[in-house]
Amino acid sequence: MSEASIPTTIGRSSPETTAAALATAPGFRARHLPTIVLAIVLALLPLVLPNAYYYDVVIRILANAVLAIALNLLIGYCGQISLGHAGFFGLGAYGSAILTTHYDWTAPSALLVSAVVVGLLAWLVARVILRLKGHYLAMATLGLGIIVTIVLTNEASLTGGPDGMSVGDMRIFGLRLYGEKVWYPVFAGLVVVAVVLAGNLVESPAGRALRALHGSEVAARVVGIDTASFKTRVFVLSAVVAAIMGSLTAHYLGFITPQVASFHKSVELVTMAVVGGMASIWGSVFGAALLSLLPDLLAHFEGFETVIFGVILVATMIFLPRGIVPSLARLLRREGR
Amino acid sequence: MSQFLQLLFSGLTVGATYALAALGFSMIYNASGVINFAQGEFIMLGGMVAAVLTAAGIPLPLAVLAAIVVVALVGLLVEKLAIEPARDADITSIIIITIGVSMIVRGVVEVTLGKGGRALPHFSGETPIAIGGATLLPQSLWVMAVTAVVVAALALFFGRTRVGKGILATAHNRLAAQLVGVDVKKVLLASFGLAAALGAVGGVLIAPIATTSYDAGLMLGLKGFVAATFGGLGSGVGAIAGGLLLGLIETMTAGYLSSSYKDAVPFVLVLVILVVRPRGLFGLGPSERV
Repeated sequence: MSEASIPTTIGRSSPETTAAALATAPGFRARHLPTIVLAIVLALLPLVLPNAYYYDVVIRILANAVLAIALNLLIGYCGQISLGHAGFFGLGAYGSAILTTHYDWTAPSALLVSAVVVGLLAWLVARVILRLKGHYLAMATLGLGIIVTIVLTNEASLTGGPDGMSVGDMRIFGLRLYGEKVWYPVFAGLVVVAVVLAGNLVESPAGRALRALHGSEVAARVVGIDTASFKTRVFVLSAVVAAIMGSLTAHYLGFITPQVASFHKSVELVTMAVVGGMASIWGSVFGAALLSLLPDLLAHFEGFETVIFGVILVATMIFLPRGIVPSLARLLRREGR
Repeated sequence: MSQFLQLLFSGLTVGATYALAALGFSMIYNASGVINFAQGEFIMLGGMVAAVLTAAGIPLPLAVLAAIVVVALVGLLVEKLAIEPARDADITSIIIITIGVSMIVRGVVEVTLGKGGRALPHFSGETPIAIGGATLLPQSLWVMAVTAVVVAALALFFGRTRVGKGILATAHNRLAAQLVGVDVKKVLLASFGLAAALGAVGGVLIAPIATTSYDAGLMLGLKGFVAATFGGLGSGVGAIAGGLLLGLIETMTAGYLSSSYKDAVPFVLVLVILVVRPRGLFGLGPSERV
């Protein structure tokens, strides 16, 4: 496991962990073996998926995994929390939906423009807010997310209001993307790309600086890292990824409501990232899988979903503050010795 | 003019409950540096428990008192079970814990008391009082009067009692407070109990006017949070001013501009405040701390 060799600086961080984060870089094989395994598993999965329902379950997991990985770069590596990421997702989804349905744009151009607009918005917010320490980004993103939900609900002539709106199929390079089996390779490919890119970012000098940031902002500044600029870039990146996933998900689902941008959805995304493991790419994949399957797993506990969701969140933070995957990896490493 | 007066009355009424919520936020923030996302659930819980008890035939004053006590106990329990075990965790983790706690409270209420809305009887009748062409519900007077009393009591508590001074000292400098013999652990516990009780008072006061349900806490909590930021996180005066102003601006927007965008007002406001004056109207310390 590459995870085992990457020191993660979450929870009780110290100057030592910062130094360690700056010093270690695992070997090429150790880094890429899990990714190759993931790619093979995703390639073989269609052989065992019996029907469209299971494809749909897996696609939801994959989409959430990409979102969680991107958000985790912000939470795990910058020590910043976004409580409005579903807002960016929703802007992407509705951007694509509105531009393709009402203005006859092609799907790829609608996706691009939505992503660029979200990126600019995120950049603006980050420029102003990330200069402040502490809870302020959480507060600003929370506000932004709720405003997005309210606008989407109220502007019924464009968005269909609370009842939602339907979205046409996506056509790209003459190909029509329709149905679970066609969309599966798209989302599977995106997960692999996200894992590889996030892995590269984490191991780049910038990435190690990011880890240092969460360890100690002062230490990072002392070694000459422009902390605000890094945080801004990561925040914009994670927002743009959310917008792109929103666009794709809208086309895939064919129907969206303002719920895609809700505060609840934002919290769900944060939960995936932190329960799986802050500052852990594989943790995000695991967290996305766990939380996407949770509603099905909890079907027997009708009505208790919210409580169980909350208990998982609190218990993970108290007993496994690093998150499930990094904590398990640590345990395995200790056993191995 | 009469419309303005009407909006002023309802704005101050709503604002008073936001002020109570904001005070709860500020109290916990001062004692621990934590933003308690479960504060809104304390408000909801207060209203729900009182409503259930009165529906079961318990006299209103007793039901209200019981609701406040129950919620204060829940607050203490939350601190003991969820916050204290994670004392050394970083801020991000603690924010997430309080979000988790809010889901647990909301979920438990949903399962045990149901999804339906509940109303509490008005404290002293529903006959509106006519003032200058506008009407004022007696309950609104209750809301404003009780809020004023609570604020005065808090001022005495923080200014005159050992526990209150201990909380203030901890807020100012945790280590120094510890050195002069303040039990910081107890301060944190007390602040959660007190904040929960404040939330419950707000919930009980507003429940007769706005029906309450298991999911009402989220919006109320978020607005209290915005009010606290608006006034200046950690500042008592700021929390009250922030709450009242927020209530007024929101109601005026609903009355004169657009009622469908009423709920967006606080969140636009908080973005503006964060850009223009991040430490809020009455925030004391610098907003940038490393």
